[in-house]
Amino acid sequence: MPDLLQPFRRLGHAVTERIWRLGFASRFFFALLLQSGTSFRRLHLTLREIYVSGVLSLLIISVSGLFVGLVLGLQGYEILQRFGSPEYLGVMVALSLSRELGPVVAALLFASRAGSSITAEIGLMKATEQLKAMDMMAVDPVARVVAPRFWGGLLAMPLLAALFSALGVLGGWLIGVVFIGVDDGAFWSQMQSSVDFRYDIWNGVIKSFVFGAAVSLIAVFEGYDSLPTAEGVSRAITRTVVTSALAILALDFVLTSFMFRGNS
Amino acid sequence: MSRSVLDLWVGIFVAIGIAALLFLSLKVGNLSSARMSNAYVLQAKFDNIGGLKVRGPVKSAGVVVGRITDIGFDTHAYEAVVTMTIDGRYHFPKDTFASIYTSGLLGEQFVGLEAGGDEKMLNPGDVIAKTQSAVVLEKLIGQFLFSKASEGQTQK
Repeated sequence: MPDLLQPFRRLGHAVTERIWRLGFASRFFFALLLQSGTSFRRLHLTLREIYVSGVLSLLIISVSGLFVGLVLGLQGYEILQRFGSPEYLGVMVALSLSRELGPVVAALLFASRAGSSITAEIGLMKATEQLKAMDMMAVDPVARVVAPRFWGGLLAMPLLAALFSALGVLGGWLIGVVFIGVDDGAFWSQMQSSVDFRYDIWNGVIKSFVFGAAVSLIAVFEGYDSLPTAEGVSRAITRTVVTSALAILALDFVLTSFMFRGNS
Repeated sequence: MSRSVLDLWVGIFVAIGIAALLFLSLKVGNLSSARMSNAYVLQAKFDNIGGLKVRGPVKSAGVVVGRITDIGFDTHAYEAVVTMTIDGRYHFPKDTFASIYTSGLLGEQFVGLEAGGDEKMLNPGDVIAKTQSAVVLEKLIGQFLFSKASEGQTQK
């Protein structure tokens, strides 16, 4: 009775398919690392990708950072003044941005702004058989196309996250000090006495490095693995954004539970 | 896009990113005060540390002179052992008094060092002999109620 067994067969197929893809992704990652020499020997390849994924993302990252800071300033003041301690506004804004919001929101924006374009570019190169043509000319497409995009994204991400956090703090300062009238000295001095460089800011930088690696790897892999058709490329782009967002949030939970234990 | 324009933009981008990092570490964080020159370690044993936390400040006369780096438990004396890293610029006499204070009513707890009059200084790794434990609010309220009750009985 083949009809009864069909769902099980489909389930098994789906599971083995996923595991096979995961294995392919990790083999792809090792191949990428092995072929990374070219991205640093011919540095302009990587610089171009830093330009595409970093410089072109500056506008959306700065504007979002500023607005997140403005909203944090308004909401934080509204809550803190109930407890009569609005001068803690600086602490709240700086800690939430440098620990969580900066790396996570910047990475989510980075995935949808830069990750999707990396996938689209590599997917279209595959669909128009440019990758195969490179192979024919004895140019390794992983070394020439994929690795520079990975390293460009990995290097651009922490800088974007730092910019996001810095502009967010300025946004919180703008609302708290300039518009509402929290004391300027208390705002900065409370912030400086509670925010630790190694514990808060450095851990945020480590997070943004990890997110940058995850997003760039997912983006180049989905592009390289896409079906060489118009529909396949569009599906690969969707998968990049969805998988990146899920990976960022899951990794953030794991990293936070290792970095910020309540007992210290 | 020509090579030099690309380099220029990437350079500007990296400069902005590093400037943001510097802003975060110097203006938002406390990198300037976190780096202590020739820091040395002191220990103190307390009966009760209350809510003292690792990375809390060590203050003398209200000035932050160090950080608490470790809190342990001595199983022989059943006391808490607090390890502090003190900035190398500051030295304290042998008979320094270490107490646990609370900043404000609900603020964080810190170790306060009060210098004594001894000529000899504490060496790195020394244990501060004179300590005073944290004030436990429940005990204080208990004592207060007890003394109030006994007052009432004597007045009758």
